[in-house]
Amino acid sequence: MTTAAAKPVTMAQALQRAMRDAMAEDPTVHVMGEDVGTLGGVFRVTDGLTKEFGEDRCTDTPLAEAGILGTAVGMAMYGLRPVVEMQFDAFAYPAFEQLISHVARMRNRTRGGMPLPLTIRVPYGGGIGGVEHHSDSSEAYYMATPGLHVVTPATVEDAYGMLRAAIASDDPVVFLEPKRLYWSKAQWSPDAPTAVEPIGRAVVRRPGRSATLITYGPSVPVCMEAAEAARAEGWDLEVVDLRSLVPFDDETVCASVRRTGRAVVVHESNGFGGPGGEIAARVTERCFHHLEAPVLRVAGFDIPYPPPMLEKHHLPGVDRVLDAVARLQWEAES
Amino acid sequence: MTVQELPGDAAYRPTPPPAWQPRTDPGPLLPDPEPYRVLGTDAAAAVDQELLLRLYAELVRGRRYNAQATALTKQGRLAVYPSSTGQEACEVAAAMALEERDWLFPSYRDTLAAVARGLDPVQALTLLRGDWHTGYDPHEHRIAPLCTPLATQLPHAVGLAHAARLKGDDVVALAMVGDGGTSEGDFHEALNFAAVWQAPAVFLVQNNGFAISVPLAKQTAAPSLAHKAVGYGMPGRLVDGNDAAAVHQVLTEAVERARRGGGPTLIEAVTYRMDAHTNADDATRYRGESEVDVWRAHDPILLLERELTRRGLLDDRVRNAAAEAAETMAAALREQMNADPVLDPMDLFTHVYAERTGQLREQAAQLTAELDAAADAEGEAR
Ligand SMILES: Cc1ncc(C[n+]2csc(CCOP(=O)(O)OP(=O)(O)O)c2C)c(N)n1
Repeated sequence: MTTAAAKPVTMAQALQRAMRDAMAEDPTVHVMGEDVGTLGGVFRVTDGLTKEFGEDRCTDTPLAEAGILGTAVGMAMYGLRPVVEMQFDAFAYPAFEQLISHVARMRNRTRGGMPLPLTIRVPYGGGIGGVEHHSDSSEAYYMATPGLHVVTPATVEDAYGMLRAAIASDDPVVFLEPKRLYWSKAQWSPDAPTAVEPIGRAVVRRPGRSATLITYGPSVPVCMEAAEAARAEGWDLEVVDLRSLVPFDDETVCASVRRTGRAVVVHESNGFGGPGGEIAARVTERCFHHLEAPVLRVAGFDIPYPPPMLEKHHLPGVDRVLDAVARLQWEAES
Repeated sequence: MTVQELPGDAAYRPTPPPAWQPRTDPGPLLPDPEPYRVLGTDAAAAVDQELLLRLYAELVRGRRYNAQATALTKQGRLAVYPSSTGQEACEVAAAMALEERDWLFPSYRDTLAAVARGLDPVQALTLLRGDWHTGYDPHEHRIAPLCTPLATQLPHAVGLAHAARLKGDDVVALAMVGDGGTSEGDFHEALNFAAVWQAPAVFLVQNNGFAISVPLAKQTAAPSLAHKAVGYGMPGRLVDGNDAAAVHQVLTEAVERARRGGGPTLIEAVTYRMDAHTNADDATRYRGESEVDVWRAHDPILLLERELTRRGLLDDRVRNAAAEAAETMAAALREQMNADPVLDPMDLFTHVYAERTGQLREQAAQLTAELDAAADAEGEAR
């Protein structure tokens, strides 16, 4: 076997490769959704799968999200491993009944008799100039539902490795794909994929000593850039990429915060009732005596996702992260 | 050619391209306007007497089961029970139309179908007793969990049937739903998927007149629920849901058709819910006794008894045997339900994920500590 040399590969291509390899290895893996067949998905993530594996393995379904997920539940009951694509974040909502009332709890209600090995791929988040309903960050809804794994890759390697792990998982996994990173590239050799941390583990993307940026998905590159920029101000920032929101890796996160004594949670979904509140609370409960300042949050505003011409004002960028870092120089009010 | 370029005032009448022609001739899909009947008609003579006797025994047992389960709610042994008294013919015939390898997708009202399919009567009631959501392993009898959210089990049935066909198994999935459930989006999506995929699925709507208090007339403006099938491109069948022989025949035909690769069928069984929605419901608020009386005269057991009598098949021996079997089942059910189930609180954390997450390990430790403390306190008090 010849091993392809590393070449620039996009996240979308790595995701496609993950499905292709999973389908080739395991005949029970089925991909289904709207436009996933002939078109290859509106983001081309399923490109070529129907051609290679036939319409029964990669299926253009009728246009009905509850129907897609509901039939996938039945397929999983019969021993298949469906990988479902929801075309865009906000179009997954019709399927929430199936997701919350059945997907998340089938294992539980049947005392383990009927686990559902299902992967639900959701392109999510903004920053691509999408019109309304094409830019939601819906992770908090999924996180609030016990029984689901909720993960989101930020690198090309993780996109491949985590999707393979999600498909292989015996639990349902909501696999959130940061849309604006679909075209991000890395040097990667598809025939010798790099091993990645398993689902459920966070990763320190950049070590640092003076504060921790806790982030995931589309905000990871933002935090990496902020960490570079902060060096000029004398800050040595550590960046933790959560990768998995459920389960949550308290260990890696808290080890980092105990080292640095300061933390900012960064995500683009709205702050109120958002993931950052949960994360800040967990960190405070576990690391209170190590904290030199309150855990801060940098999040999107508490508004419906704005129209594309305004989204740059909504999305937390490098400057907002740096502002928060500056506020970590906490002085107790007298 | 744009609209502006049309010559003069000629009306714009495009000729439909071939794709716009109806794909299926709707005629054969249409249900007969009258519900199909067997009992009391000439067709009854052709029904196998063994089948009639089996249906009879199951109906009697089913009615007794409904009565016993309702009584258990009064004793506080069940949180709630949605009785299917009056609808036993649908329940029993549905279960009997399936082969062992087929799957049943019941709603919360269909405990009886599950029991008629061989499920242990106590296991069928676990959901309603409250010790766990599903008291049985769905794979054992090929019965999906009793489903509480309306119509959501229908797409599951379609997916399972589709998967079975992809694997080359001649398995059929039968999904049951109420008249109210047909208004849900999942009903529509399931039927549409089933027809597009030609999935070996059969949908049985038990039109029992009401969705809690809302009558059918406020639920739909369709000529009948069976008529809805035409829009999806599958046959609709209308059957007298109190006629066990007719229900069995129509269901068996639909199951066989699906097994042969003929695709899905939508069956509406017209029946009546004799009891209230559940034991917690007051049916006098939305329906009168005279209406119920009409249906009492059309009771599924009565209809079957008449046919058995006409054929000289219903003697005291048959009656007593059916009644005794039902009584034995009820006594066993009573006895087993009167024992408190033994529950392990740590089960709370066992079946959330394949492996416990860190969060769940912490919470399990917390509960263990609470239980230990409570046990210590109890020990000291003694
Ligand atoms: C999605 C959903 N909405 C509401 C309910 C509450 N509910 C339980 S039974 C019922 C009426 C259902 O009527 P029908 O479908 O005709 O079935 P039947 O109870 O008559 O068997 C309602 C509204 C529910 N279980 N699920």
